[in-house]
Amino acid sequence: MFEDGSIFNQLLVERLNYFIYVVLLLIGLWAMIAKNNLIKKLIGMSIFQTAIILFYVSIGVKEGATIPIYLPEHDPHGSHAQLDSNQTELLSHGAKVLEASAVPNYTNPLPHVLMLTAIVVGVATLGLALSVCLRIYRGYGTVEEDELLEKLEREDSRKSGGSNKRRPRRRTPANKGGPAGQSKRGQTTEKTKSDKPTPRRRQASKSRTKTNGPAKEQAKSSNRENDKPKPVKRRRPARKPKEDKS
Amino acid sequence: MSDSIVWIVLFPLFGAVACALGGAMSKKICYPVSVLSMLATVWVSVDTLFQAIESPVHEVSYILGGWSLDLFPRGVGIEFRADLLGALIALVVTGVGLIVALYSKVPVQRETPGKEPMYYGLFLLQISGLAGIALTGDAFNLYVLIEVAALTGYGLIALGTNRAAAATFNYIILGTIGASFYLLGVGYLYLKTGTLNMVGIREVIEAHGLFDSPAMQVAFVLVLLGILIKMAFFPFHAWLPNAYCHAPTTTSCLLAPLVTKVMIYVMIRMVLTVFGVEFSFESTWWTEFLPWLVVVAIVCAAVMALAQREIKRMLAYLIVAEVGYMVGGVWIYNYYGLIGSVFHIISDACMTLCLFLGAGIILEKCKTTHFNGLRGLFAKMPLTMIGFFIGGFSIIGLPPTCGFFSKWYLITGGMVSERWEYMITLMFSTMVMVVLFFRLIERIHLAVDESGNNLGKGHGDLGLTKQQTRFDEAPLSMLIPLLLAASVVLLVGVYNQEVVNQIEVFLQPFNLPTGVKYE
Amino acid sequence: MNDPVIVEDIRPLIALLAPWAGMIGIIWAGEKRANLREMFTFIAASVQAAVVLSLVPIILSGAVVEFHIWQIFSHVPMLLRVDGPGLLFACVASVLWIATTLYAVGYMRGLHEHAQTRFYSFFALSLSATMGVAFSANLLTIYFFYEMLSVSTFPLVTHMQDKQARTGGRTYLGYLLFTSLCLLLPALSWCYVWLDGGNMTMDFMADVGKVGHFGETTQIVLLFLFTFGFAKAGLMPAHSWLPGAMVAPTPVSALLHAVAVVKVGVFCVYRVYADVFGPEVLAKMGGEEWAMVIASATIIISSLIALSQDNLKRRLAFSTIGQLGYIVLGAAIATDRGQGGAVLHIAMHACGKITLFFCAGAIFVASGKKYVSELRGIGRKMPLTMGAFMIGSLSVIGLPPLGGFISKWYLALGALDRDAMWVVVVLLISSLLNVFYLLPVAVTAFFRTPETEKDSSLKEAPWPCVVPLLLTAFGCFLLFFWSDTLLQMVGLQP
Repeated sequence: MFEDGSIFNQLLVERLNYFIYVVLLLIGLWAMIAKNNLIKKLIGMSIFQTAIILFYVSIGVKEGATIPIYLPEHDPHGSHAQLDSNQTELLSHGAKVLEASAVPNYTNPLPHVLMLTAIVVGVATLGLALSVCLRIYRGYGTVEEDELLEKLEREDSRKSGGSNKRRPRRRTPANKGGPAGQSKRGQTTEKTKSDKPTPRRRQASKSRTKTNGPAKEQAKSSNRENDKPKPVKRRRPARKPKEDKS
Repeated sequence: MSDSIVWIVLFPLFGAVACALGGAMSKKICYPVSVLSMLATVWVSVDTLFQAIESPVHEVSYILGGWSLDLFPRGVGIEFRADLLGALIALVVTGVGLIVALYSKVPVQRETPGKEPMYYGLFLLQISGLAGIALTGDAFNLYVLIEVAALTGYGLIALGTNRAAAATFNYIILGTIGASFYLLGVGYLYLKTGTLNMVGIREVIEAHGLFDSPAMQVAFVLVLLGILIKMAFFPFHAWLPNAYCHAPTTTSCLLAPLVTKVMIYVMIRMVLTVFGVEFSFESTWWTEFLPWLVVVAIVCAAVMALAQREIKRMLAYLIVAEVGYMVGGVWIYNYYGLIGSVFHIISDACMTLCLFLGAGIILEKCKTTHFNGLRGLFAKMPLTMIGFFIGGFSIIGLPPTCGFFSKWYLITGGMVSERWEYMITLMFSTMVMVVLFFRLIERIHLAVDESGNNLGKGHGDLGLTKQQTRFDEAPLSMLIPLLLAASVVLLVGVYNQEVVNQIEVFLQPFNLPTGVKYE
Repeated sequence: MNDPVIVEDIRPLIALLAPWAGMIGIIWAGEKRANLREMFTFIAASVQAAVVLSLVPIILSGAVVEFHIWQIFSHVPMLLRVDGPGLLFACVASVLWIATTLYAVGYMRGLHEHAQTRFYSFFALSLSATMGVAFSANLLTIYFFYEMLSVSTFPLVTHMQDKQARTGGRTYLGYLLFTSLCLLLPALSWCYVWLDGGNMTMDFMADVGKVGHFGETTQIVLLFLFTFGFAKAGLMPAHSWLPGAMVAPTPVSALLHAVAVVKVGVFCVYRVYADVFGPEVLAKMGGEEWAMVIASATIIISSLIALSQDNLKRRLAFSTIGQLGYIVLGAAIATDRGQGGAVLHIAMHACGKITLFFCAGAIFVASGKKYVSELRGIGRKMPLTMGAFMIGSLSVIGLPPLGGFISKWYLALGALDRDAMWVVVVLLISSLLNVFYLLPVAVTAFFRTPETEKDSSLKEAPWPCVVPLLLTAFGCFLLFFWSDTLLQMVGLQP
C-alpha cells in the first residue's frame, strides 16, 4: 500500500506537510460552517488562515537550508566583505542580489515576508470579527447561532410584516437561553414606548403622520432599528453571561 | 504628475488619517476632509487614465520602492500597473466614492451620530483599498488590498444597527473564506512560477508551457473560487442581501456599486493577464460549464428579486443578477462578450449607485423603503424619482442609458458564440427587471393597493393627505449627488463609444474570437 | 433608383425638439395657469407642423434632408433623414396633434379630469418620439425612438390610475416591452454583427437588401423577429395590447392609438420590409408569403371581432387592428404600388380613424354613453358629431370621394401587380366587413328612434370637441383631392 508512487505514499510520505495543512484547512472550514457558537466559528477561521500560512512557509523550505539570515561568508556588510573591498564597498550601499551558488543555503524568505502580512491581516480580521461578536452579544444577548437566527427572523418579520401582534414576552428559561435576551428586548420596547424627547422621537412622530397607516408600525420599528446598544448601561449590574450550550 | 498612480491610493489614506485624528478634535471636520481627499483622488485618477491612454504601450507602470526595471527583473518590487482597464476601473471607483462622499453628510449624521471620524476613516480606507485593487500588478498585493477593502467594508457595515452587525458576521465568515482561497491559489501560483507579478506569472506559464500542470489547474480553481465567493456569485451570494440591506445608507451606497464590480475586474485580470487567454479558456473546461451556472444564477437572482417587497433587498438581488451577467460575459469567450462585461462593470457601478442613492433618499424622507409606504412619491419628490428611475431604466436596458449598451454588447457576445442559453437568460431577466421597476412605478403612481382594490375617490386621488403629497424634496446634499449619478448614467450611455474604444484597445493584444462572419 | 440629393438641414431636429420645449413650458405653467399651459402645447404643435410642412417642397423635388445628431457606435450614427414616406407620416402626426390638442382641451375640461399637466407633457413627449421614428435613418435610431414612445405613453394609458388602468397598463407595456426586448433586440444585434461583414450601419438608404446575404432560414427568422418585434403594428397574436389600452382617455386613444403609436409600429414594419429587406429580397424570399397570410388573417379576424363588440371604443380598436393589417399587407406585397399604397393608407386611415375616435369621445362627454346599443337616435341631438362619424366611416370603408379610397385602390393594384388575386379578395371581404360594423352605428344614431325621450337636455359636446372632428372629417375629403401630392411624396406617380 505504501509503495513508491501510490496515492498513499504520495500523500502521506512525499507530501505529508501539504496533507496536514489541507486537513487543518478543512478542520477550520468545517468549524466555520458547522459550529453553533460564533466564537468557535472564529476559532475555526483562525485555524483556516493558519493552515494557509503554514502552507506558504513550507513552500520555501529546502533540504539542508538554514534560516534566511546571512551566514558570515555571504554577508555583504560583514567581515568577509572587507576582503574584496573595491567591489563590495560600492555595492554594500545598495541592494545586492545573492549569488546563485549561495541560494541553496537559505530557505526562501519571500513566503515568510508574505505570511507576515497575512498574519497581520488575519489578526485584523479576527479583532474585527470579535468586536462584531461583542456587538451581537450586546444587541441580542447570545452568541449561539441558532438562537441568534431565531431572534433575527422574528425581528425581520416584525419589521416587514408590520403586524400589530406583540411578540410573546414570556418564555420559560428552560427552552430558550435565559432571561438575558427577553427582558433586554422588553426593556427596549419600554424604552421606545416611553415618550423621551430625543430628536429621533420627534422624527418618529412626524413620520407617523406622514406615512400611511400600516407604515406606523414600520416607523416604530424603524425607530427601534436605530437603537444603539444603550440598554447595556442599565443591565450590567444585573447580568451574568449565560452558559455556552455547545 | 508622473507618479499620480500611487497618489490614487495615498490621498484617501492620508485623508483617513486626517479624519481619524482631526475628528477627535471636531466632528464637523470629517465631511469636508473626506470630500477634499476624494476630489484630489478623482483628479489623480483622471490624470492616470489620460497617461494610460496617451502612453505608447497603453499602460502606466510604477514600481513601489524604486526597484527599477532596469536593474532588477520584473517581480522584485511590487508593481502598480494601470493599463486601460485598471485605469478605467480606478476612475469609476474614485468617481463613485466622490459622489457618495458628497451624499454622505445627512445620512451619516442621522444614522451614526458621533462616529463620524471612524466612519469617514473607514470610508476613505475602503476607497483606497478598492482603487488599489484596480491598480496593482502583483498577485499578493492584490490579496492585501482585497482584505483592506473587505475589512473596512465589514467595519462600515457593522457601524450601523445591531441587525447590521449580525449581518456582518456572516459576511466576515464568507469573505474570509473567499479571500483565503484566493491566497491559497496565489500560493500555488508562486510555488509553480516563482514570481508574484501578474505579467510575470503569465510569461512563465507561456515560456514553460504549464497549461496542463495540475498545480496550475488547482491554482486556477482556487483563485477563481475565492473571487467568485467575494463577488457574490450564486450560490455564494447569501451574505449580500442582508449585508447591503441592513447597512447604513451611505455604506450601502458605497459598497453596492463597487465591491462586487471590482471583484469582477479581478476575475478578468486573473483570466486575461495572469493566467492568459490560452490557459483560462482553452486548457480548463470552465468555459463550457460556467455559462450554465450563470444561467441558474441569473434566473434565481431575478426570481428572488421579484419576491421582495422592500426596495433595498430587491436591489441587492438585482446586484446578484448583474454579477451573473458579467461573469457570463467573460466566460462565453468572445470579444463582444468581454467588451460587454467590462462596459457593464462601469455602467453597473453607475446605475447601482443611482438606485442606492435614490433608495437612501426615500429612506431618509419616508422612513421606510417598503413598497407599502411609497405611494405619491412622484408628487412629493419628483427630482429624486427621476434620478431613481433613470437608474431603473438603465437596469432594464432602455436607450440611451448606459445599461442598454452593455446589454447590447452582452447579447451580441452571446449570439456570436452561439450561447443561446445565455442570451435567452438575458432576455428573461430583462423582462423580470421590467416587471420589477414598473411594479414599483405602479405602486408609486396608481391608486390601487396590493390586493387590487381602488383607493381614494377616483380621478387620480391616491388616498393620501395633503401633507403627504406636498413637495418635499431631499436635502440638496443628497439630491445633487443623485442627479449627478443619473447624468453620469446618461452620459456614459451617450458617450459609450469613447469608453468602448479604450476597452477595445485594452482587449486588442488578447486576440479573442470575434465570431463567424456570415457570407 | 438614383441616389437622391442630400440636403443638410436642422429642421428635422427642430421638429423633434419643439415638443420638448413645449413640455418645459407646460410644466412651468402648471395646473394654476391652465390656459397658458394649453397655449404652450399649441405653440409647440404649430411649430412642429410648420417645420414639417416646410420640408414638403424639398422632398417633392426629389431630395432628402439629413441631420446627424450623435454617433451611437463607431459606425452607427443617430441620424435623422426625411424622405417621402417619413415626411408623409410626420405631416399627418403633427397636423393631427394640433387637432387633438384642441379636442383634448374640450374633453379634459369637460370631464374635469385630473393631472392635466402630466397629461399634456407626456403627450408632447410621445409626439417627439413619433417624429423621431418618422425621421429615423437607420434601424438603431428607430429602435431608440420606438422604446421612448413605449415608455412615454405609459403614463397616458394609465392616466385614470385605477384598477382598470393598472390592468390596461400592464397589458400594454407587457406586450410592447416583451416583444421589443426579446424579439427585436436580438434581431438588431444579429444584423449589427453579421450584416456586411461587421461594417454595417443598418441604414435605410444605404443598406437596402444586404439582408439577402444571409441564408434562407436566417432571413425568415429575421423577418419573423422584426414583424412581431414591432408589436405596435398590432399583428395577431401581438394585438391584445390595443383593446387593453382603451382604458385611456379618448384623446389618448384617438391620437396615439389611431395615429401615433400604432402608426409608428406599422411604419417601422414598412421600413424594415421596404428599406432593410427591400422589394427584391422580399419577393425572392419564400417566407414573406407568410407575412402576407398573417396580415390577411389579422384583417379578417379583427373585423369579425369588431362586429361583435358593443363598446364603441373597443369596436374602433379592433377596426384599427384590421386597418393596420392592410398596411403590413401592403408592405409585404413587395411591389412599388403595394408599398406606396401602404404608406398612403397610414395617412388616410389616420384621418378617418381619428374622426371616429373623436366622435366616440364627444358622445361620451356629452352623454356618458359608451355602447353602440345606447346610441339610438342620438344623431338627432348631435347631428354634427354623427355626421362626421358617417364621413369617417366611409373613409375607412374606402369609398370615393374620401381619402381611404385612394389607398385601398393602390393596395389592390399592388396586389394585382404580382398576381396575388387572393389579396384583392381579402381586401374586398374586409371592406364589406367594415361596412357591417361601422355603418350600423351611424344608421342607428340617425334613423332609429331612441327608446326613451329622457335625454332632452342632450346636445352637442363642447365646441373644442366638435370643431376638431369636423376639421378631420373635412380632412378626409381634402386627402382625396390632394392625393396627387401624396402619391408623389411616396414615390408613385399618379
